[in-house]
Amino acid sequence: MSVKSLRILVPVKRVIDYAIKPRVNKTQTGVETTGVKFSINPFCDIAVEEAIRIREGTKGLVENIHVVSAGPTKAQDILRQALAKGADNSTLIETGDKEVEPLSVAKLLQKVIEEDNSNLVILGKQAIDDDSGQTGQILAGLLNWPQATNASKVEFKDDKVFVTREIDGGSETVSASLPMIITTDLRLNEPRYVTLPNIMKAKKKPLKKVKPADLNIDIASRLETIKVEEPAKREAGIKVGTVDELIEKLKASGSL
Amino acid sequence: MVSPISVLGARVQYSSVANVQLTSETYPEIQRGDYAKLTDEDIAHFKAIVSESGVVTDADDLVFYNEDWMRKYRGMSSIVLKPKTTEQVSQIVQYCNEKKLAVVPQGGNTGLVGGSVPVFDEIVLSLANMNSVRSFDPVSGILVADAGVILEVADQYLAERGHIFPLDLGAKGSCHIGGNVATNAGGLRLLRYGSLHGTVLGLEVVLPNGKILNALSSLRKDNTGYDLKQLFIGSEGTLGVITGISILCPQRPKATNVAFLGVESYEAVQKAFVHAKAELSEILSAFEFMDNKSLKLVQDHSDLARPLEDEYPFYVLIETSGSNKDHDDAKLESFLENAMESEVVLDGVVSQDETQLKNLWMWREFIAEASGKGGGVYKYDVSVPLKDLYSLVEDVTARLNEHNLIGDSDEFPVIDSVGYGHLGDGNLHLNVAVRRYEKKVEKVLEPFVYEWISKRSGSISAEHGLGFAKKNYIGYSKDQDSIDLMKAIKSQFDPNHIMNPYKYF
Ligand SMILES: Cc1cc2nc3c(=O)[nH]c(=O)nc-3n(C[C@H](O)[C@H](O)[C@H](O)COP(=O)(O)OP(=O)(O)OC[C@H]3O[C@@H](n4cnc5c(N)ncnc54)[C@H](O)[C@@H]3O)c2cc1C
Repeated sequence: MSVKSLRILVPVKRVIDYAIKPRVNKTQTGVETTGVKFSINPFCDIAVEEAIRIREGTKGLVENIHVVSAGPTKAQDILRQALAKGADNSTLIETGDKEVEPLSVAKLLQKVIEEDNSNLVILGKQAIDDDSGQTGQILAGLLNWPQATNASKVEFKDDKVFVTREIDGGSETVSASLPMIITTDLRLNEPRYVTLPNIMKAKKKPLKKVKPADLNIDIASRLETIKVEEPAKREAGIKVGTVDELIEKLKASGSL
Repeated sequence: MVSPISVLGARVQYSSVANVQLTSETYPEIQRGDYAKLTDEDIAHFKAIVSESGVVTDADDLVFYNEDWMRKYRGMSSIVLKPKTTEQVSQIVQYCNEKKLAVVPQGGNTGLVGGSVPVFDEIVLSLANMNSVRSFDPVSGILVADAGVILEVADQYLAERGHIFPLDLGAKGSCHIGGNVATNAGGLRLLRYGSLHGTVLGLEVVLPNGKILNALSSLRKDNTGYDLKQLFIGSEGTLGVITGISILCPQRPKATNVAFLGVESYEAVQKAFVHAKAELSEILSAFEFMDNKSLKLVQDHSDLARPLEDEYPFYVLIETSGSNKDHDDAKLESFLENAMESEVVLDGVVSQDETQLKNLWMWREFIAEASGKGGGVYKYDVSVPLKDLYSLVEDVTARLNEHNLIGDSDEFPVIDSVGYGHLGDGNLHLNVAVRRYEKKVEKVLEPFVYEWISKRSGSISAEHGLGFAKKNYIGYSKDQDSIDLMKAIKSQFDPNHIMNPYKYF
């Protein structure tokens, strides 16, 4: 490979744990977050895992894995977790509790990437909280880099990166040269557990904190959330005793 | 391979034994009691009480109610009754008592001692259709519910209200809270919340004569007379049918962590327990252990990703739960660090999200099921003083080897004998996983296991009860005076002995 070293950047987001059912808050301005369990966004977890697997699979090629999160102070937890899994250093961009729009996130990341001189960015195809699914693509636009989205397989061959993507009814393989952006799909890999010795080692790894203003980026929202509502409740089903009764009910409901 | 998650949710075929032998054929020495036989007139009477839809007589539908979860016992009942109200239960039982028809109360049919299925043609009285929550008081945390509410459903209901059911066990997706009380189930949260003898505040019971005993108190303190409800907790359907439960439910912990650790020896397991109690104290909510053989069984029968890359002789699962995540995280972290540094723990992982937490628990909860997947399983659920706990597994394994019964190939009936359990409660599960049930295996195991336990003043059934499987062995844990008194109580409540006969003692 003509590339001598990989400097990987993995952006990660702290979201409400995906096994937890979110509830709309009383004022209908968002979801309830107090007392709710937060974890790393599952797609981001996959991105971290992939970066580590690339390091393990390409002896000596990966020079550095840097995890970055834009979010509240608590997002440190997921950075520590990524460090324990095998990332080298981390940065928290303190944006507070407010949701930051994908464009702003991409601009923040662009600054870090330029500073780092990264040549590969691996990030989730979407965050499961706002489901925007835009950050990777916007970032590719800002940097003017090639992007391979929804990756289910990543391979390094000669001087190219081959990415298999899941598409309707099959798969598609694309390739590009570095620098590039890859967004991860669910089937790319299964993230590992964090082991105790690594948790202890991770404590000594760097966690840098910066503010959006330090990077000269304005993160003001362009969109305003008007209202958040739960989906309409499904009506409870009924049991019918006979086929005749079933037909009768279907007729009554206008389905027949 | 199966995904264990879906397996636990619904009832599954527990063992791969194709056909379960009739209990009456396996144990020809047991004679049918002098009970009446079901007549068409009886059936018509029952239909009048619970309506057509509350009576099951179809042969295919009856299979589920006649066979136990381990697929070791099979009765031949020709009728299942599914009442919807306490009043209906009362009418059924009163009628059965008059006619001398024997009855088996049945919950989710997940019991592990053959207590929930008929031995001969007893009528199965299923509580499955009594499944409503009656009330919940968010201030006191007291839940009053029908006996047939499924444990997991009750816990979900409470979760939505910030509370937790004080009991949790691997069969939660199927077992009933009434069945839990009837067996005095222990489970995974006993270490933290204590036994049902403490948390159950009141019961509604239909007595064998059909009378409804309303002891559904919602009081935490009530010293007026004998505490009758205690008799029914763990009575396994021999004294009456539990129809309603009042139980004190704690606040649901806001933060839960699970660590899965590899350790070198059973001594190290005990050391880790001492450390955990000292350092985690009030947030420690479970301390479970398993040997490497248990873990291998789970691995063979599931597609879970191994938590630790290397193999260790023993594993420990520690759960903490509390109200403040940062506080709990810090405590757990310092405990784990110390345990690693002092080499009590050799390696370990900590759950980072809910999914990992559930998966780590699966490694422990799925052992019961995985043990039976190769054909069948002999289960022993014992409590003995902690220091001796695991030597039972070693001694039994040695004995099976001496008799040349354990091996990798089909000629050996025994696949392996594994040990795991609720270390925090001094409770070991010895599972002898077999390819097929064979008398010669049973003879090597019994009464050896019971004598072994008796010598150490342990209990031959720590939490699964006596049922049919252990009824002959009660003498290893209770003296004759106690057994006589129990029998007198039984006769007082149930002079015709119609409730769950052939079981208990
Ligand atoms: C995977 C698995 C894990 C388990 N883990 C544990 C564990 O950790 N700890 C533990 O203690 N047990 C455990 N058990 C066994 C446990 O006893 C049962 O799962 C549960 O408590 C029984 O509830 P059930 O509703 O299925 O009762 P059943 O199996 O239907 O009945 C059990 C006994 O109670 C009687 N009974 C049931 N309902 C009533 C009622 N309403 N009134 C009167 N009598 C009644 C029956 O006649 C029978 O004798 C486990 C079982 C399985 C399958």
